[in-house]
Amino acid sequence: MSTKTKAKPTTATTDYAAAAINQKLTKEQKLELYRTMMRIRRFEERSIRAYQAKKIGGFLHVYIGQEAIATGCCSLMGKHDHVITAYRDHGHALAVGMGMNELMAELFGKATGCSKGKGGSMHYFAPDRNYWGGHGIVGGQVPLGTGLAYAIKYKGLKGAAMAFLGDGAVNQGAVHEAYNLAALWQLPIVFVIENNGYSMGTSQSRSSAGELAKRAEGYNMAWASVDAHDVYAVRAVMDEHLNRAREKCEPTIVELRTYRYRGHSVADPDNTYRTKAEIEEYRRTKDPIQFFQDRLLAEKVLTDDTVKSIDKAARAEAESAIEFAEASPWPTVEDIQRDVYWETDHPAERTSSGRLFFD
Amino acid sequence: MAEEIERDENVVLLGEEVGQFNGSYKVSEGLLEKFGPKRIVDTPISEAGFIGMGVGSSMLGMRPIMELMFWSFYSVAFDQILNNAANVRYMSGGLINCPIVIRGPANGGTNVGATHSHTPENVLANHPGVKVVVPATPYDAKGLLKSAIRDNDPVFFLENTMLYGEKGEVPDGEYLIPLGKADVKREGTDLTIVTYGRCVLHSLKAAEVLEKEHEISVEVVDLRSIRPLDIDTVLASVAKTHRVLIVEEQKPFCSIATQIAYMIQHEAFDELDAPIKRLSTVDAPAIYSPPIEIEQLPNPARVIKAALEVMA
Repeated sequence: MSTKTKAKPTTATTDYAAAAINQKLTKEQKLELYRTMMRIRRFEERSIRAYQAKKIGGFLHVYIGQEAIATGCCSLMGKHDHVITAYRDHGHALAVGMGMNELMAELFGKATGCSKGKGGSMHYFAPDRNYWGGHGIVGGQVPLGTGLAYAIKYKGLKGAAMAFLGDGAVNQGAVHEAYNLAALWQLPIVFVIENNGYSMGTSQSRSSAGELAKRAEGYNMAWASVDAHDVYAVRAVMDEHLNRAREKCEPTIVELRTYRYRGHSVADPDNTYRTKAEIEEYRRTKDPIQFFQDRLLAEKVLTDDTVKSIDKAARAEAESAIEFAEASPWPTVEDIQRDVYWETDHPAERTSSGRLFFD
Repeated sequence: MAEEIERDENVVLLGEEVGQFNGSYKVSEGLLEKFGPKRIVDTPISEAGFIGMGVGSSMLGMRPIMELMFWSFYSVAFDQILNNAANVRYMSGGLINCPIVIRGPANGGTNVGATHSHTPENVLANHPGVKVVVPATPYDAKGLLKSAIRDNDPVFFLENTMLYGEKGEVPDGEYLIPLGKADVKREGTDLTIVTYGRCVLHSLKAAEVLEKEHEISVEVVDLRSIRPLDIDTVLASVAKTHRVLIVEEQKPFCSIATQIAYMIQHEAFDELDAPIKRLSTVDAPAIYSPPIEIEQLPNPARVIKAALEVMA
């Protein structure tokens, strides 16, 4: 059992840029972090317009305002590190390297989508990039993430799982069961609570007792809590806890305090539970992209010209993804019953007999 | 299980009391001693957590066998079993597999009341993406379980505590019974009883009486696997006998028998000389009262009575 680790007190004066993991970033790597955040934002802004134009069905939960988290966390991934998240999953998908085309096509329900149009916005997957979704039920992905950590440890690999969850998920039973198993069996996992302040339209103070990450203490787990508008802060805190998982096989709960500018989903008119002034205040003082842009301008990594060119390229890429999605074919009616069973997709290797589909 | 754990290093057994305790029903007796705590893992009472963990580990290439002390406890892990295990292949466009086996007893008849007596094979089989197996004999249980463990799709294996004490010939060593292959447990010419699980034994006992006392020759078709479903063996038997009784330890509404009856009338209507009859559990939550629970479930006397009605 791990020794109890107290939360690192975080103060506004902590200079996360000085952390070793950030000190060793090259100029190009810093630009890449900035570019990823900008690409997430432009992708999602464009997807909202496509939704409004009725090109996208169902729900669309956008990540705008939270970009530093997925970008910072996924930038730390090694070969044996794995990621799983809930339904606000576009940012993580781009951060692990999935392409805008396959993601936009999935939103459009096209056969060229990353899940062949079978998953939609909430269900992006890229196992070849150690990205295991994209899950629709609040908290339901957290036991799966614990299973990824279990498999990493079972196979003797030096890696860690990151299981992302929202501040609304922390009250689900499955999440606490996963906490217990991870602590009991010392699994290499970081539970990352992306606390954007609202579980759908219910504020944290109306939904959760106590401090969210501090619940780790009940499981004798380490925990931390930090403002996550600064991608350097995300990387510094997560690097420490990912290393704890990789090297000592110990789990942690990390709360990353963030904010979303848009409603819970496109179906949320966002006019009942918070004020426009609150949103504007965060955007003005803590917008993760603006914050990092200012930082990199000061570091002379970015110039006014590169800011413009990166933005322009991200917009063009999103526009091009729309064109790709528009031009792509729909799945066919026959496709409905493909990808259901491994066996029916591999008829030559089928070992069972009998009917698997019914009418 | 031991042979499969030996054969493939990715196979592990996890569940409540499977290790030190030797299994609540001694199914895993001796396995901890033989394979050690890395392969035989005692879990806390935490079905949603550990089943979900098993599903996640299977996505990364493990082949976990997850024991539910009772299948009745599936309800607390419903989201993990039927949202995650059942759907992840589909929602990922076929990129992710979930080669997990979830097994444990699912039956009534043990006087444990409604919460512990669920038979959810119909609920499970209602979800495309999963396979559902219900063995009746020790021989079938071994061959089917080995196939289930090697299967690349999630397989739910429903056992029966009333059958754990049954003795039957089980050869040592390798043999596989493919999923989705029914077995004619008794040949006959007058009436087909389609059944599975413990009701196979009830039906065989009833068939003996029907033969001796009523001169009715009964064919007993044991489905063994619910999904995939070997309807062809059922239809071949119907073509021979022209009369059908379906016996199931299920509540009747939207049950397995309901599905089978639909398929028989749809595909072999002209073969039928009488309406299809089903014999199910009496439609109420499982009663505790021991002598009355016997009457709530199918039993040989109820099977005989139902068979005579089909033959009338």
